[in-house]
Amino acid sequence: MIWQQLQSLAGSYPLALRGLGMTVMLSLISLVLGTLIGFGLGILRTGGNRLISGLIGAWVDLIRGTPFLVQIFLIFFILPELGIELDAFTAGIIALTNLAACFICEIVVAGIRSVPTGQVEAALASGLSRWHRMRQVVLPQAMRIVLPPLVGQYVLLIKDSSVVSAIGLTDLTRVGWLVVQRVPNGLLVFFLVGLGYFIVCYPLIMLARRLEQRMGAAHGEVQL
Amino acid sequence: MLENFSFRTIVEYLPLFGQGLVTTVWLSLLSFAGALAVGIVLSAMNLQRGWLFRVPAKAYIDAVRATPLLAQLYFLYFGLPRLGIILPELVVGILALSLNSGAYVAEIIRAGILSIPRGQVEAGVASGMTYVQRMRLVILPQAFKVTIPPLLGQAIVLVKDSALLSLIAVAELTRAGQLLASDRFMPAEGFVTIAAFYLLLYYGLKGLAALSGRWLGLQPARSSI
Repeated sequence: MIWQQLQSLAGSYPLALRGLGMTVMLSLISLVLGTLIGFGLGILRTGGNRLISGLIGAWVDLIRGTPFLVQIFLIFFILPELGIELDAFTAGIIALTNLAACFICEIVVAGIRSVPTGQVEAALASGLSRWHRMRQVVLPQAMRIVLPPLVGQYVLLIKDSSVVSAIGLTDLTRVGWLVVQRVPNGLLVFFLVGLGYFIVCYPLIMLARRLEQRMGAAHGEVQL
Repeated sequence: MLENFSFRTIVEYLPLFGQGLVTTVWLSLLSFAGALAVGIVLSAMNLQRGWLFRVPAKAYIDAVRATPLLAQLYFLYFGLPRLGIILPELVVGILALSLNSGAYVAEIIRAGILSIPRGQVEAGVASGMTYVQRMRLVILPQAFKVTIPPLLGQAIVLVKDSALLSLIAVAELTRAGQLLASDRFMPAEGFVTIAAFYLLLYYGLKGLAALSGRWLGLQPARSSI
């Protein structure tokens, strides 16, 4: 019986590959977009304009305060009511990008705030423009604080991409759900699904840990 | 169209939302208690010197952290019956949330214990305390303090994660929104309302985390929830 199941599972490997491809694609696109937008939002948030900073803060709080599943449903079901037609894939990308951007914004803000004010003042005194201050003085130093949680955030993003299966996208989790209807062995099927995510996520978790240690050590912070 | 946003329907369905909210709250409380139990056991195993307990605990924590909760939930939901264990969806959901959050709680507790300076331990040794005395009188009281704010952060994550239980038909808050969306074709009313309820829970817990930090005399730590 287990042999038959294994054969049946082997037969559905093209489906599994498609699911893995979908998961990787969703994660990659929203990872790149989310990082860009997140950095932009973070820089704007620390920029000094009270109104913009407040608006971004409120939006980030809204996104952090609601479940991702609810956000997907809101985007997928309500944007069409506003006259914006979109398919499940676009809805998934929008939801994931928005989520990533909000969390990365917070990480970037924490990084920028960690840079001593003396550095900014020195840059001002040297006559650097706003853009150059940010690009050549603040951001390079902020990266030390930003990088480890940023990689951790990518792991969260890949895992959160599984939730888009709820609006019918055939990602890795959805493939598991489809296969388990034919091969009634939930333990085996979802062990394999989990393995797929593990292979992608575990190296990133290790990388985040290494970065954290290295960034700490580089500045002579002793870990007790 | 959104011009037709029907507050009347929301009011009509308010009892359903209320029930969903209550279910979300108590199943989150139960799961959090479970997560604390799992986390304490795991972190105790993880802090052992011998590999016999440490390696399985580490492997479990890594496996949980590197896979999505939804896959874990389906693993239990479709997998337990295979082992002849038939449980109601609600119990499977609470189990999944406890086992998942437990891994994160274990890391929080471990970080709390490791944050105690070595000098404290050495002072305990110099005073002739045994291992148990050092743990009980020196390390744990201090570690306890540091772990409260991140534990509340994990509670926030858990409440939000509990929305996934709607996908295995547990009648919690998100499920109530889905019902309104499918019964009356009113997704806007359904999902905006439950989003508001979740925000209520979020701000409540966030306020509690800030208060606890002040009570315990900690710096207002920037949590990464």
